[in-house]
Amino acid sequence: MANFYKNYSRKKLDKVLEKIGVKDVEELYSDIPDEVKLKREISIPSPLTEKDLEFYLKSVLEKNMSYDDALVFLGAGLPPHYVPAAVEEIVSRNEFYTAYTPYQPEISQGMLQALFEYQSMICDLTGMDVANSSMYDWATAAAEALRMALRVKGRGRILVGENVGPERKNVIRTYLEPLECEVLEVKFDDESGRLDLEDLKDKAQNARALYVENPNFFGVIEKDVESMSEIIHDSGGLFVVGVDPISLGIIRPPGDYGADIVVGEGQSLGGWLNFGGPSLGIFACKGEASLVRQMPGRIIGMTTDLSGERRAFTMVLQTREQHIRREQATSNICTNEALMAVAATAYLSILGSKGLRRLAIEVFERAHYACERFKGIDNVIAPYFSGEFFQEFTLKFVGKDLKEIFRRLLEKRIIAGFMVEKCFPKLENVLLSCFTEIHSVGDVERFVQSVKEVMF
Amino acid sequence: MFRQARWTEPLLKELSEEENGIETFKLKGFPENMVRDKLNIPNLPETRVIRHFIRLSQMNFGVDLGTYPLGSCTMKYNPKVCERIVLNPKLRMVHPLQPQETCQGMLQILYELSNYLAEITGTCRASLVPAAGAHGEFAGALMIRAAIKETGEIKTRNEMIIPDSAHGTNPASAAMAGFKVVKLPSNQDGLVDVEALKSVVGKSTAGIMLTVPNTFGLFEKNIVEIVKIVKEAGGYTYYDGANLNALLGKVRPGDMGFDIVHLNLHKTFATPHGGGGPGAGPVCASKRMEEYLPVPLVEYDGSRYFLEYGRPKSIGLVRGFYGNISVLIRAYAYIRLLGADGLREVSERAVLNSNYLFSLLDKRFYETPYGANAPKKHEFVVSVGKVLREKDVTARDIAKALLDYGVHAPTIYFPLIVQEALMIEPTETEGFEEVEEYARILNEIAYRAYENPEWVKGTPYNTSVGRVDEVKASHPRTICLNWRRLEKA
Repeated sequence: MANFYKNYSRKKLDKVLEKIGVKDVEELYSDIPDEVKLKREISIPSPLTEKDLEFYLKSVLEKNMSYDDALVFLGAGLPPHYVPAAVEEIVSRNEFYTAYTPYQPEISQGMLQALFEYQSMICDLTGMDVANSSMYDWATAAAEALRMALRVKGRGRILVGENVGPERKNVIRTYLEPLECEVLEVKFDDESGRLDLEDLKDKAQNARALYVENPNFFGVIEKDVESMSEIIHDSGGLFVVGVDPISLGIIRPPGDYGADIVVGEGQSLGGWLNFGGPSLGIFACKGEASLVRQMPGRIIGMTTDLSGERRAFTMVLQTREQHIRREQATSNICTNEALMAVAATAYLSILGSKGLRRLAIEVFERAHYACERFKGIDNVIAPYFSGEFFQEFTLKFVGKDLKEIFRRLLEKRIIAGFMVEKCFPKLENVLLSCFTEIHSVGDVERFVQSVKEVMF
Repeated sequence: MFRQARWTEPLLKELSEEENGIETFKLKGFPENMVRDKLNIPNLPETRVIRHFIRLSQMNFGVDLGTYPLGSCTMKYNPKVCERIVLNPKLRMVHPLQPQETCQGMLQILYELSNYLAEITGTCRASLVPAAGAHGEFAGALMIRAAIKETGEIKTRNEMIIPDSAHGTNPASAAMAGFKVVKLPSNQDGLVDVEALKSVVGKSTAGIMLTVPNTFGLFEKNIVEIVKIVKEAGGYTYYDGANLNALLGKVRPGDMGFDIVHLNLHKTFATPHGGGGPGAGPVCASKRMEEYLPVPLVEYDGSRYFLEYGRPKSIGLVRGFYGNISVLIRAYAYIRLLGADGLREVSERAVLNSNYLFSLLDKRFYETPYGANAPKKHEFVVSVGKVLREKDVTARDIAKALLDYGVHAPTIYFPLIVQEALMIEPTETEGFEEVEEYARILNEIAYRAYENPEWVKGTPYNTSVGRVDEVKASHPRTICLNWRRLEKA
C-alpha cells in the first residue's frame, strides 16, 4: 500500500471492527446486491512506487515538445506569459491549495480575502462593479454571461461576433441549446478584420445580447465599440465583451464603452499553459441589482465579525446558488477555479498597474516589430487584416501552401502559430501568430529568417 | 491548543503607499480612441506582496493542517509526489494547439487515464473535458437531452427525477439542460422510495440522477430495481460519482446499469481542491450513450495518440481546449500509485473510518435520523436537533466549536431533509487515531453544550476572526463586493 496510508496491527484492526460491530470490512458492504458486485480486480496496471512513478511520468512527458525546446508562436485564446517566481511561491502554500471552498469563513479568512482582492482587481481591470470569484474558463464564462442575459432580458436572439474565438462560439452553442434561442453570427469586415457594424444593425432587432471580443480572435482591436454598445442597447440587449486581461494594461476597459458583462481568460495571469488547463474564467458585470441577482458563481463580500470590530470576509448572495436554490439557481457551478484566482491576484499585485502597463507595451511592441520584419518578405501579407492589433496578427501566404510551410518550420523546431483556415475556411493560407514577452527579439529574427528559408 | 494566526492584514490596496496612477503612452499603430488612461491596481514591492499572501495563508485551514471531514466533499490527503510531477516544463510549457505529434506524451497519459476511468466505473468511454463535478453533470444531462431529441420526444419526455437528498448541483444541472425536476422523497430508511418512484415514472421521464452511496452515506440496496424501473419507462440513468470513493473496486456504476457517470477527481482521486478549485469532472458513458460524450476524446490508432472531434452525435464542446490537464495528471499519478488493490483499500478504509467514527459518537446527542442500523459507507449524517431543543445549541454552533479544536467542521445543514444535520466524512487518509480524536472532540462539545451552552454559542474563539456577521455581509445596505466601495464609505 502506498506510504501515505498508515498500516495497522491486526490487533488494532480487530478492536475497530469489534467497536463497529462487524466481523470484517466485507460485512459493511453487505447491502450491495451480490449480482452487481465486482467479482474480479479492476483491470489497471500494477502500482508503482513513488520513485518509479516519477521517473516513468518524466519519460512519458519527455515526448512532448515544449517552449523550452522549440519556438512557439501560438496564442489563439491562450497567449503564453512568464510566471514570476513569487506567484508560484504563493499558490504552492498548502494552506491555500489543500483547502476546500470556504464554507467555514472563520477558519478560511486567507482564501476569502485573497478572492475578495481578486474580485476588486478584476473590477478595476475591466471597469465593472462586481466580479465573481471565477468560472471554469473564458468559454464557459462567455456562455454563462449569455444565459444570464436571457434571464435578465427574457428569451430572444443572441448575437455573437463571427470573429470571436471558435471554441467560445461552440461552447456558447452547447450552453444555449437547451434554451432553444436563436444564435446569430455578426460578420466581420473582410479588410479590417473588425466586426461589421452594418451587419450588426441588420441583425440587432430583438437581440437580447451581443457578444464580441476585444482584441478579437484575429488579434485586431475593435475600436467601434461605442457604436456596438449603442446598437445593442437600442435594441434592448446587453453588451457582453470578452477580453485578454493583459491587453487591458493599455486598452480601454469595456466598462468605459458601455459593456454590461465582461468575461475573459485569466489563465495567463500567473498560470502556466498546462496544455490548456487549469484555466480561469473571468466574469464581471455592472452593479445594478437586476444584473447582480442573476450572476452565476461564488461571490465574496467584506463584512465584520459579530463584535463589529474585526474585518472579515465571507461568501455572499448565496441564495442565487445551487446548494440553496437547487433547480432555481442561476447556475449549477460549485467547484470553480479559486486557486487560479489567487494566482491571478498574486500576479497582478506583483506587477501592479505600472508593471502591467509595461508588459502590455512590451507585448505590443514585440508583435509590431515582428510584423514589420515580415512585411519585407515576398508573397507574405503582414498583417493580413488591416485593423490595428495587440499581440497577435494574421499573415497571409499568397500562392503558397501554408501547411507545407508550417511543416517545414516544425522541422526547424518552430511552431509558427495557428492555421486560421481550420476554423474559417474562407481564410486560406492565413496564419495567426502571437508574440509576447517570452519571445526575444532574437526569437523573432529566427522565425522570420526561417520563414524566408522554407519559402524560397 | 489550536490558535490560528490573527494578523490584521490590510487589503492590497491599503498597503500601497503611492498614488496608483500610470504613465501615458504613445504607440505607433495603436488606435487613439482605445487608449486606457486609468488603472488602479496597487503598485507594491515584492517583499510586501509575499508577506501579504503568506500572512493570508496562515489564516487559512487546509487538509495538510488537520482533519477536514466535510461530508461529500472528500477532503483527503493529496500525495506530494503528484504536486511535483506537474512542475515538469514538458507539461507546464506545452500549448494546447501545438501539432499533436509534438504532444504525444500528454495525449498518451490522457488516453490511458480515460481508459482507467472507464474500467473503474464499468463504462465504455470517458471524456476528460469537464472542469468540475457539476460541469460533468451538465454534460451528462445534455447527453440525455441529445439522446431524447433524437427520438423526437424532447417536448414530452422532459422530467428528470432527483431524490430530495441529492446535492444541489443535480437539480441545477438538470434545469440548465432544460429539464423539469421531479423531486423524489426518501423513505424512512433514507433510501429512494421505490413505490414513490413507480408513481412518478412514465412517458415524461427523461431519466434519474442518483448519487450512490447517497448523501446519508447509504447504499441504495434496491439499485437494480430502481434502474430497471427507470429504463423500462424509457428513461436514462445518471450516476453522480461524488461519493464513488466508497465503492472503488467493489461495485461499478456501469455494472449496476447506469448510462452515464461523472467523477470528481478532486474527491475520489485525491487531487487538491485549491480552496474551491480547480477540479476535474470527467464524464463516462455506457455503450448506448458514448457517442454523445463531449468532445474531444483522446484516441489511439496503434501508433499515435490524437484528439477526436469528428463525432456527429456529440453534445459538442463544453469548455475551451481539453480539460484541467494538470489536475487530470495528478489523478493519473494517484491511480498508478495505488493500482487495483490500493484503490479497493481506499474505499475499505474510507468506509471503516466512517463507521468507526459513527460508532464512537455519543448517540444521546448525535441522533441518526435515517438508516441508523444500516452499514454506513464513506460518510454518515447525524442530527443535533435534540441539543437544539434542549439547549438552544445549533449544528452551526457545534461546527464553530470544532474549529476551536483545530479541526475542520463537517458539512452542516445538509441533506436539507434532516434537521440540524452534520454530514461527516473522515476519508481514508485519516488514521484511526485521528478518527478517535475527532469523535472525542465531538462528544466533548456535546457535553459542553449541556454544561455551558453559552460557551458553545460563542465559538470560535481561536480562529483568525470571531463568528462572521453573515447578515451584514449580504444586506443590501452594507454589502461590499469590491474595495472600490470602501472609498465611497
